[in-house]
Amino acid sequence: MFAYTIKRLLTLIPTLFAASVLVFAFIHLIPGDPVAVLLGDTATPEEIAALSAEMGLDEPIYIQYAYWLGNVMQGDLGRSIFFQEPVTRVIADGAETSILLALMTMVWIVVLGVPIGVIAATRHGGWIDQIASGGAMFAASIPTFWLGLYLILIFAVTLGWLPSSGFPSVFDDGGLANLRYLLLPSLTLAAPNSALIIRLVRASMLDVQREDHVRTARAKGLHPAKVALKHVFRNALVAVAAAFGFTFAALISEAVVTETVFSLPGIGRLVVESILRRDYPVIQGVVLVIVCLYLVINLIVDLAYAWLDPRVSLK
Amino acid sequence: MALLEVENLSLALALSGMLKPVVDNISFSVDAGDTLGIVGESGCGKSLTALAIMGLIADSPIRITGGAIRFEGRDLASISEAERRALMGDRMAMIFQEPMTSLNPVYRIGDQITESLGQHRKLSKKAARARAADLLRQVRIPDPEGRLDAYPHQLSGGMRQRVMIAMALACDPALLIADEPTTALDVTVQAQILDLLADLQEETGMAVMLISHDLGVIAENCKDVAVMYRGRIVEAASAADLFAAPRHPYTVGLLNSIPDPDADKDDLEAIPGRVPTIDEVIPGCAFHPRCAFAQDICRDVRPGDAIASKEHTALCHFPTGGAE
Repeated sequence: MFAYTIKRLLTLIPTLFAASVLVFAFIHLIPGDPVAVLLGDTATPEEIAALSAEMGLDEPIYIQYAYWLGNVMQGDLGRSIFFQEPVTRVIADGAETSILLALMTMVWIVVLGVPIGVIAATRHGGWIDQIASGGAMFAASIPTFWLGLYLILIFAVTLGWLPSSGFPSVFDDGGLANLRYLLLPSLTLAAPNSALIIRLVRASMLDVQREDHVRTARAKGLHPAKVALKHVFRNALVAVAAAFGFTFAALISEAVVTETVFSLPGIGRLVVESILRRDYPVIQGVVLVIVCLYLVINLIVDLAYAWLDPRVSLK
Repeated sequence: MALLEVENLSLALALSGMLKPVVDNISFSVDAGDTLGIVGESGCGKSLTALAIMGLIADSPIRITGGAIRFEGRDLASISEAERRALMGDRMAMIFQEPMTSLNPVYRIGDQITESLGQHRKLSKKAARARAADLLRQVRIPDPEGRLDAYPHQLSGGMRQRVMIAMALACDPALLIADEPTTALDVTVQAQILDLLADLQEETGMAVMLISHDLGVIAENCKDVAVMYRGRIVEAASAADLFAAPRHPYTVGLLNSIPDPDADKDDLEAIPGRVPTIDEVIPGCAFHPRCAFAQDICRDVRPGDAIASKEHTALCHFPTGGAE
């Protein structure tokens, strides 16, 4: 397990390198002179030259990359053109919202997706399974923005139970009670992803149920519930763990929409607004942070894999 | 009283609302401590019969359509699910054909062996672990204490089958059903496992129902033999009688197809044709399309049990050796 962890950590290095090249190349994908685009039509040649020098864009490209990478390694992602603040600071401001939103969503996915999937599989073909599978199909088909708007309409506007938008920090007045602002957004994000997990848990449990070792477990005279949870579910988890990696990737893109619908001050909305403002350093920084997060999540998934399935670390 | 009595058992496969018969009206019994061999080609219904006896067809499309299974005098159809589970793994146990896949890959060997001890014997963790190590020693696994912490993938096929046997023996069953226990193993390991089963049977006094497609395996290990073909027992006798004087042409064919190292022949004799699929309807004797002795009556009339002595039955119109 230890050797596996080290091996897995080492594989992160080339991946991170490739990601850094791509992220760096972003700013050079803009047609024409990026600085001219950044400053708009009214910029004078002097202004363009000044900003080019400030951003180091007048150097050869590999020198630029070396400078940029050196800065990134020291935690300096550049300055936001719009906020005139370090990008790290801008991202940190949005991080609390996004992290809490992601955590709440993950809790929903686990709490809703796993038990419903298990019950559907054990009642395979019965009415509970039909409802669960149909419901999951429905939830997976609803567009995030539509669901978000309807939840606002029902729970915020009509019933008045929950706030419709914004998110004051949990460190401000209200403390943890402020989490209620994230209730509707996290449910919106969780709906399609729980549906995915329900279907996956159900499908992989049905797969495992057919395996020989489950028959062995039944032949021991174990109660069906014990067979389902101890023998079937435990093996099915191996496949489900992999899905959590994908789910996280889906959450990132869906969070962009959800944070916009609920006007949450998170990283997703920061990306949208930075694109509209052509604030390239921020976009670069956010993408880099998301890449790192994604790699970390997948590292955790892989380690969970090795922990769930003793055969993995030997391969 | 026989330990296990199967009387006129019929099984069918429920597929898209239709019942397709797969085992047809078979009867046999196993006395305490005895060994019954059931032999036949793949698809003849022997494994399904074993699964039905063991109670492992509940979640499958297999249905019992007739007859009765009695174990220790109790009709298994009349007892509750919980009572059934109390028998499984305790009074009756089963080992399977595929040792490579029959153990749960994510749990240690020790945990899997102690599971049935916890279920049926309510042993403490420590006592169960000690018993598990004893069991591994009994099935001759070296370093039993160390192996308790191994995962299945760290063991070879033969070792895994030994673990399966240890698991089956955990609660001292009265009946062990061994469904092709050596088919997936190397020939040298096959002999070891069969010897082990024979020794264990002597030590524990359990009855064994040994299922195989290999007459050689059956000949060496069984007191009585039932030959199955397409869901019916076509010949049943003591092993001595069956091998000395086979009556059914199918049994004769099986015996002839055993390779004989002394014979001065290059080719193996085989039974022509194949076992018909369950969709094929064959009038008369199910074996007639492959039978060298088939006559008109075989094509039209299904043979009954009539032509047989009490000790040696053969389901054939023209049993070799003539009608008694």
